[in-house]
Order: sequence, then C-alpha cells, then structure tokens
Amino acid sequence: MEADSKPKKSGARLCCVCNQNRAALKRPKTLEQICRECFYAVFEEEIHQVILENQLFKPGDRIAIGASGGKDSTVLAYVLSELNRRHNYGLDLFLLSVDEGITGYRDDSLETVKRNELQYGLPLKIVSYKDLYGWTMDEIVKMIGLKNNCTFCGVFRRQALDRGAALLKVDKVATGHNADDIAETVLLNILRGDIARLSRCTSIITGEDGPIPRCKPFKCTYEKEIVMYAYFKKLDYFSTECIYSPNAYRGFAREFIKDLERIRPRAILDIIKSGEDFRISTTTKMPEQGTCERCGYISSQKWCKACVLLEGLNRGLPKLGIGRTQGLNSDAKISNGMVIQEESVQGQLFCTNQVNPEDQFFGFYICKK
Amino acid sequence: MACNSSTCNSSGCYKGYEEEEQPKPNTKAAVNGGNSCQNLCVKCKVNEPVCCGIGGENSRFCKDCFKNNLYGKFKQAVTYNAMITPPDKVLVAFSGGPSSRVVLQFVHEMQYKAQKNYDANKDKSLPVFGVGVAFIDESSTHSFTSLHIEKAIEDIRLIVSNLAPPSKELFVVPIESIFSSDGIDGKERLKELLDAVSDVTGKEDLLIRLRILLLQKIASENGYTRIVLGTCTSRIACHVISATVKGQGYSLSADIQYVDSRWEIPVVLPLRDCPAQELNTLCSLDGSLKIVELLNGPCSGINGLVSSFVKVLQEENPSRECTIVRTAGKLTPFHFNRVPEIHDSNVPSATRRHQKRYTLKPNGSLSSDSFCPICSSPLKKSNFPSSLRSHGNQQNPDLIASACSSCQFQILPKDPSLMEEFLSVLPQQMITKAKHGDQGDFSLLREQIQEFLLSDGENEI
Repeated sequence: MEADSKPKKSGARLCCVCNQNRAALKRPKTLEQICRECFYAVFEEEIHQVILENQLFKPGDRIAIGASGGKDSTVLAYVLSELNRRHNYGLDLFLLSVDEGITGYRDDSLETVKRNELQYGLPLKIVSYKDLYGWTMDEIVKMIGLKNNCTFCGVFRRQALDRGAALLKVDKVATGHNADDIAETVLLNILRGDIARLSRCTSIITGEDGPIPRCKPFKCTYEKEIVMYAYFKKLDYFSTECIYSPNAYRGFAREFIKDLERIRPRAILDIIKSGEDFRISTTTKMPEQGTCERCGYISSQKWCKACVLLEGLNRGLPKLGIGRTQGLNSDAKISNGMVIQEESVQGQLFCTNQVNPEDQFFGFYICKK
Repeated sequence: MACNSSTCNSSGCYKGYEEEEQPKPNTKAAVNGGNSCQNLCVKCKVNEPVCCGIGGENSRFCKDCFKNNLYGKFKQAVTYNAMITPPDKVLVAFSGGPSSRVVLQFVHEMQYKAQKNYDANKDKSLPVFGVGVAFIDESSTHSFTSLHIEKAIEDIRLIVSNLAPPSKELFVVPIESIFSSDGIDGKERLKELLDAVSDVTGKEDLLIRLRILLLQKIASENGYTRIVLGTCTSRIACHVISATVKGQGYSLSADIQYVDSRWEIPVVLPLRDCPAQELNTLCSLDGSLKIVELLNGPCSGINGLVSSFVKVLQEENPSRECTIVRTAGKLTPFHFNRVPEIHDSNVPSATRRHQKRYTLKPNGSLSSDSFCPICSSPLKKSNFPSSLRSHGNQQNPDLIASACSSCQFQILPKDPSLMEEFLSVLPQQMITKAKHGDQGDFSLLREQIQEFLLSDGENEI
C-alpha cells in the first residue's frame, strides 16, 4: 500500500498534499510531510476505503464497538461515527465495554468510556467478569501470579464481548486492532508454530461462522498514526498500560516491530501482506468447530477454553488449560464432569497472552513497554 | 527449586513460576527417558560428555556421539531427498565459516566412504560422486587488506588439499566475475551496481543474489550437477523472519526446503536440520575443522535487526529457531522444491527408482509461476506490481514490471531517470531472465509428456 507522494518541496516545508498550509507533521506510514487538516483527511479516507473495499458493513447494521477507553477504541468510535455520518453508512453504533475487575486500572479507563458515551452520543453497555464468571482479574492474579494471567484475561474477554454483543443484539463487533497488532500476531504465530492461526489472523473479518462476526477497520492503520490523530484532535482517552502485563511474550514481537518501523516504516504492512500470502494448504488440519458441553459457547474442543480455565480456578488448579496438553479434552480425561489435572509436556510456551488474536480486544494496553 | 517431574500432582507444585522453561530437546538421542546418568554421554553411556546439544541438560554428548549425531542428520537429509547420487558432481560452496566447513567435511566423509566401497567392490557399477569446492572472493566489496585475503585463500587451499583422497578441485573466484568481462571492468561495474542501490538491505540482498548466480556459473561451466550450501537451521530461521518482514510471504516456502531446483543447477541444503550452535560446537571440539575467519562485518539494516531478534529469542528459549523452521516448513513448497528426475539412461535404473521414491511429491497442480528476474522468487499471480514505474522506460518494461514488490522497493532505483543506467550494470543473466520469464516452467510440463512427444525440434510449447 504505497501512498502516492508528490515530490516534497525542500525548504518551504509545505504540506505535500495541499501545498498551501505549512507541514505540521511527518506521516509515520509514508514519512510524507503533511498539514493537520490533510492528515485528518487522508487518515479518515484510508479507513473509509478499507471499509468499502472489504464490505465491512451494510446499511441498517447494528455495530458494537469494543471500547476500552484506550486510544485505539476511542479513535475507532470517533472515526466510525464520523464516517457513518459523512458517508451515510446507515449504521446503529454502540459502545461495548468489558470490566475485568482490575482496580486502579480498569475502573479508571471505564470512566473514560462513560465520558465517550456522552461525547460521541453512543449508547454504552458494560459487561463484567465478576457477573459472567464470578472472578475478577485481581482475584485471578492473586491466585495464579503474573505469568499466565494474560491468557485468562484474553480468553474471558473474548466470550465477554460475545455475550455483551448478544445482549445488545448487534450484527457485528468492531475492534480497534491496528496494523501493528496484526503484524505482531503474524510474527507470534510463526514463533509459536501455530499454522492454523497464521492462516486466519490477517483476515479483516473473522468469526463469520460463529455467534457474532468481528471486523478490524484499523487493519491497515499504523498505531503511531492513531496516536497522532488522537493527540491532534485532542480526543479523550486513557493511556496507561495494564498493570498485570509486563511478562507477556508479545513484548518481544512488539520491540522488534518498533525497531523495524524505524528503519523501514512500510515493513509493518509488508508483514501483513506476507501473512496474507503464505501458502498454507487448505487441507492443513484445522480445528473442527463444535460447541462447549458446559456452556454452549463455540468451541473446537469438548469444553471451551473459558470453561477449562474456570474449572481450574474453581478447583485450585490454575495450570489447567495452560500450555499445550495431551488430550485434556479427550474422553478419558473428562468423566462425570470431573476434570483431571493435565499432563503437561516439556518445553511449552507458557507465557502467551494471545490465545486467539481476536482476544486482543483492547489492543493498546496489552504489554506496552 | 523447580520440580522436574512432568506428572507431579502435589497441589503446591505449580512447576514454579521461577523455573526456566524446559527447552525441547531436538535430538532423538536425548529423549530416552532416564536422566539418571548425569555424568555419561546420553547416547553411548560410556564416555564422558563434553558438550551439550540444543536440548541443554538433556543432551550431553561425548565428542564422537555429538559428531555422529550431526552427521546422522546430514546423511538423513541427503538420502531422503536424493540430494547426491553416484553420477553427480557436487560443488560445495565454501565461505570459511563453521557451517560451510562442516558441510564440506561431511560431504568429504561421505565421498570417502563411497570411494572405499567402490574400491572394495568387484562390480564397479556405481561410480563415486565427484566433489569440488568454490570460494567466492568478495574482497572488492569490502576493505580487506590484500594480505588478509591472500592468507585466507592460502588457508582454504590447505584445507581442501588435506581433504584428499579423493581429491577435490578448488575454485577461487572473485565476485566480479559474475559479469562476462573480467578484470578491472568487472570491479568497476560491480561498484557501480552496488552504489546504485540506496537501501542497505537491498544492497545486502543483491549481493546474495550475485553470489548464487556466480555459483551457478561456476557449476555449469565446470560440469557440476549439484550445488551444496551449508545453510543451517539458524540461518533459515532468520530468513523466515526477514522474508516475512520484506513482504515475501508467498515465495518464502521456496527458499527453505532441502532442494531448490529453480536454477539450472539444483541447490541442496543438507544441514537444514542442524542448528548453528551445534555446528559451532563441533568446530571448536574438533581441531581439524579449522574455520577461516573473513570478517565480512555484521549485517546491517533489516537483516541485522532480524539476526539480533532471533538471537534474543534463542536466549529466551533454545528451541525457538527449530520451531520457526518447523512452522515455515508447514507452508506449501513449490514444484521445483525437489530434485529433477533423471532421464539419463546412463544412470543405473536402480538409482533412478531410488530417486523417484524419495523425492517430494509435487504439490497439487503445476502452476506456471513466473519469477522475479532479480531475486528469482516465484511471483503470486495477483501480485503483479503496477507497471506505473515502467512508463518512463520503454526499452526495458519487462524487467521493472516483472520484478517482485520487494525488489522494486529495495533494489530498483526510485528515480525513473536512473533506471536505464541501473539496467545497464545488472548482470546479463538477470536481464535475460526478465525476457524469458516463464520458460523455466515449461520444462517441467515437458517432463510429464516427454514420452509422448514425437518431434524433438520443438522450441516453444
């Protein structure tokens, strides 16, 4: 996706698009020198094009925007409602927020979302882990420590989003995953050996055969540009990293991508392009889709991951469901609803915060260094 | 400390949040259950272990078993992929580093054994394969003193001459011989070419391409049928990441297989399953495996960044490189990722049958891929880059339009007015490739219908 750049005027430092105003910033994606107004225009226009080309929405759709109060979701809410107005998408927009129960962090960011509700005029629904699962993240971390907590949070959040979306009766969920997030996920899946996820993680629409499809309108939008947009537009957002996140494995990929962006900004989009182009056989064994026996949620195993993790928590077996297990979900292991402790295989990658790329609902806060 | 038992059921045992992750042992020998004999080689249980494999504590080997383990991987790769058969003449690309030293050693040992069998055998039906060594002298692209490079070449000559019998021919070829004209002309042209590439990564990648072209040239001019590279697991892992980062996800699977027959002379990678760490260890253990240090300097740009990234990951988990290569190994290879079938009736039919049995089955349909003329990566049909840039250049629209997007970005000059000049200094082989884009693939189709063709005089299909 190379932007057409007109030859820069050296010295005068005029915006390279309108050639009238003084350039106020350098676009992180293309390094073009551009004025504020043109930046807003090109930023919004690119997202509009992505929405059109990928046919993300249709008129009359009810759309829930995953809202954490962070920059990605705030900008998403702002831009979507703006484009909805400007281009008459005909959408009914809602804000959907998940309260994981992290004191001193989530309760603060939820205040931001409540303000967004008023600022953007979008109705807000909040679903909480406590209500859904009986556990807050604070309680979970107290029990399991800081090594695998992101796995729990990610899995629970995914279901929470779907539950909330069902309550709102929406047709789709839009999340603020940006280009950086998707590039990191591509790299992570290569590092983890997850070929099945590798084939799915670059799709802009996922879960079409599940309860609620999700889409990522920011798939081609750089994180730095989102920050710039939020900063210049003075949007109200909450920008602290999650207090439980420092050990997530994603941090490695994130560092690398930051360094990469410095040398070659387009590399982020190149990673995504590579991810789309990987020759992955369609006969590669993909997980078969069924439903969880315990709760009815979509699952490729007998029990969905959330139920497995919950069982572990409730029984004081916090390692249940963590790491790769030999047939945890096989018939022999689950009998009469009693789950036996897994046998974990040597050499597992324990510290993943991404069980599923869609889980990274609040893209900005997970393991920001 | 951490509990090592994998089936510990005590409620207090969470396998420790402080414990190091148990690295996955990647050597078959190490996974034999008992860790009780900590002071003996895990393989032969006789000698004292002197080193660790990638598996860390679980794979402590004595020197011989360590070497045999590596040799075993090499031999398996060669056999399963029919890399080297009796009538072949293999050219080993030697850079002086540990990987190429080890592959040279192993190829030599294989040849030596074959020679002994031949000598001992009354029926001399299966000839011994020939081995040559090629060293590419890149001193014109670096600032080595001539003394330094001469000493290095002397060392290499010594190494190769010691690897006899059977004797091996050594080719010491300067990189500028890639251009048809030799001498000062070549040096100038090379300098001009490299200077015309502004992107640091593009420069490094172009140099790699030139190296391969030169190896092809040496091999075909001297009757060699295979080129052996010492590419190891670690290098492949880096390539996987850097190709992903450069947008070359489609062609990635072509570069990382055991066999690459896209070229005139197939290129094989018998050390694909050997991690660099183990190869380094072998060289330091075995005094006879001298390496020739040619300080090419660390890679900079994207390639350097990827190297450090993979290094950091390795430190965090020693089996990460293997996982990366295994993941990439699940990508679908191309039809040219196997040894071409032998049609030579002089080759014993037993050999031909053997080769047929072991070569990779072609995947699905034989799509006629076209290739980037600069980096030879297969191009995805829908990815044909726009021909906007060729508008200003009517003479050579083929090359620009047919280059992959990565080469378009990092190698071809951005300024259209410089394109003409750039094309004039490119090696002829690349220009020719652009003109005859798809020809290579028809040879494979032809292979399939060969027996039904009546006329031999067909030039085009």
